[in-house]
Amino acid sequence: MNATLAGWLQIIALVGALALTFRPFGDYMAHVLASPRHWRAERLVYRVGGVHADAEQTWPGYLRSVLAFSVVSVLFLYGFLRLQNHLLLSLGMKAAAPALSFNTAASFVTNTNWQSYSGESTMGHLVQMAGLAVQNFVSAAVGIAVVAALIRGFTRKNTDRVGNFWQDLTRVVLRILLPISLVMAVVLVAAGTIENFHGFQSITTIAGQHQSIPGGPVASQEVIKELGTNGGGFYNANSAHPFENPDPFTDWLEIYLLLVIGFTLPRTFGTMVGDKRQGYAIVAVMALIWAASLAIVTANELHSVSSSAGHAAGGMMEGKEQRFGIWGSALFAVSTTLTSCGAVNSFHDSYTPGGGGLTIFNMMLGEIAPGGTGSGLYGILILAVVAVFIAGLMVGRTPEYLGKKLRGREMKYASLYILTTPAIVLVGTGVAMALPGERAAMLNHGPHGFSEVLYAFTSAANNNGSAFAGLSTNTVWYNTALGLAMLLGRFLPMVFVLALAGSLAQQQPVPITVGTLPTHRPQFVGLLSAVILIVVGLTYLPALALGPLAEGLH
Amino acid sequence: MLGTLAHVVRHHLAALRMLLVFTVITGIAYPLAVTGIAQGLFPYQANGAMIKDNGRPVASARIGQNFSLPLRKGQTTPAPDPKWFQPRPSAAGRTGYDPTSSGASNLGPNNAILIKTIAQRRAAVAAFDGVRPGNVPADAVTASGSGLDPDISPAYAYEQVNRVAKSRGLDPATVRKLVAEHISGRPLGFLGQESVNVVRLDHDLAALKQR
Repeated sequence: MNATLAGWLQIIALVGALALTFRPFGDYMAHVLASPRHWRAERLVYRVGGVHADAEQTWPGYLRSVLAFSVVSVLFLYGFLRLQNHLLLSLGMKAAAPALSFNTAASFVTNTNWQSYSGESTMGHLVQMAGLAVQNFVSAAVGIAVVAALIRGFTRKNTDRVGNFWQDLTRVVLRILLPISLVMAVVLVAAGTIENFHGFQSITTIAGQHQSIPGGPVASQEVIKELGTNGGGFYNANSAHPFENPDPFTDWLEIYLLLVIGFTLPRTFGTMVGDKRQGYAIVAVMALIWAASLAIVTANELHSVSSSAGHAAGGMMEGKEQRFGIWGSALFAVSTTLTSCGAVNSFHDSYTPGGGGLTIFNMMLGEIAPGGTGSGLYGILILAVVAVFIAGLMVGRTPEYLGKKLRGREMKYASLYILTTPAIVLVGTGVAMALPGERAAMLNHGPHGFSEVLYAFTSAANNNGSAFAGLSTNTVWYNTALGLAMLLGRFLPMVFVLALAGSLAQQQPVPITVGTLPTHRPQFVGLLSAVILIVVGLTYLPALALGPLAEGLH
Repeated sequence: MLGTLAHVVRHHLAALRMLLVFTVITGIAYPLAVTGIAQGLFPYQANGAMIKDNGRPVASARIGQNFSLPLRKGQTTPAPDPKWFQPRPSAAGRTGYDPTSSGASNLGPNNAILIKTIAQRRAAVAAFDGVRPGNVPADAVTASGSGLDPDISPAYAYEQVNRVAKSRGLDPATVRKLVAEHISGRPLGFLGQESVNVVRLDHDLAALKQR
């Protein structure tokens, strides 16, 4: 079979697998979020944890629980990293430095999983599995919990209650993330991902040299890293590392896992609001953006567009693994930057200007196609609110979405949401470029070096976590600045989403009339896609012009 | 005021207790369960697909190795050993293929150093294998993402057959047959790329010599 046909079939099989699980899995998640019954195990969790899981919360109450849980998570993880040398299974690793510990704690709690460290030379096994991997589960669940509250805002009327955070959190972990992870971790091991508690094993190689073979509970962490769109690799090379991602099948499975919750949640949304067509419209926008992005990145990489190194080598294989090739690498790169995953199976710094530039643009879209677990759906629903509002302005009517009026108050929350991330990205990049020491952290010079810094702040503020890894970010300044970017980029938008949820839940729905804009037709799919591209394009065009565009035209 | 503060403290203590519960479930019980199942059902894979000679591990089949001559005085990078099939260039560690330091070069698509390095590698590989520089495939002149890539393309493997056969005094047809046996097709016929695992190939090559 030739490479082109195989590449296409690989994509078609992925889309087919996502389509097959869309309905049953989406409806299952809707059931989990709406069921009135607790599992016995969940009651036990509530009792041991000492929380009231039956009392419905107002939006400020829900937010306080989200923030309390996240604050203690950051502090706990920070302490864990600072004290790891005193704990079991540390493999002799030193305590992480204060700035690195702050950055890493912020990174894993915000579902970003930006890594200023190299896993195999910094983290012991215990901190990986009981510190970092725990946040892989719960930060993903927090995202889904928040979008559940937003959906309840649309479905409920005349109430100030949006659900119970502890109940949502616990159910998502126990009923969705944990069972899938358990099964898929075993599948990964069967296909070659390692799972053990060895330290470095010293061997004499076939040619008589020395090599240290690492160990670790990798498969169990690899699964939730993808499924929860976290992206923090056990090893520095992330999913390019043969112990994390040993062959083309595990690669394909990992891409499926990192996309499946994001692409399926629109079904959950459609089911919960009682109009499945609304979910189809949202997933259509996500799929359009994903497909267009995939086509552009793959074409750029296959033809080494505007890359002298690619032409010199006869193919864009720098930073890519032989077993995945260009097709498998581009598919992973697009999927990981359009979700908030940020795991990588190839290194984007060495991509063509067009391919690498698009991975930045993908993140700038705000991680909505399909985005991170939960955060992708609430991000695109905010943009849907904006799209409906713009359409309303055109015809001079009060806009409505799913029967709820979009008044000044709702639009303020939506606007604040949209402004938050670009402000963090552009201010952060601007300050870094103005400081000579921080500029010097770039590995490459000129426009490509600027792209490295832009990528870093885009990745942090959008909670992606992937990197143009040439930039040396393990400094006090970058660890602090990127840590703050991650925290603000995660929790400020959540405040606005929950405020919007509370505001919508209080409303009495308005009846649908002939003047209501239908939000399930191709017309709305086009409108929403255009709003996404224009809002983002206008915001970031000047920054992109200085980086990837300048490099591509060079 | 005091009442509010007490409430906030109580709320955060509950949050901490919830975090500890999840730490026990997802951070301790879950990885232990997966490890137990993995070690019970798939011990070979779970422990890194180790290749052993006389009971001593000599390689992980998943992790690439250097097949180079010992480093001589004045050299910064070791010279390739003509007796072995050579892996791809590696950016992991100072001399490559160091699993304590996995990673890529991260050099940009128009980086002058990268362009020069690729040209040098192309000339060196062509001279080493006795082929035309234009025929050297891309994977032979580029560093992988992990720096531990155990695989090369079938084209690069076949390119090395004559050189390996000559330096070992073997029939090239025998070595070519060995390469053909080591080509892994695409799983399910369409996933990923065809590749040749250099670690397994060289391990079996050594056995070929002893026969």
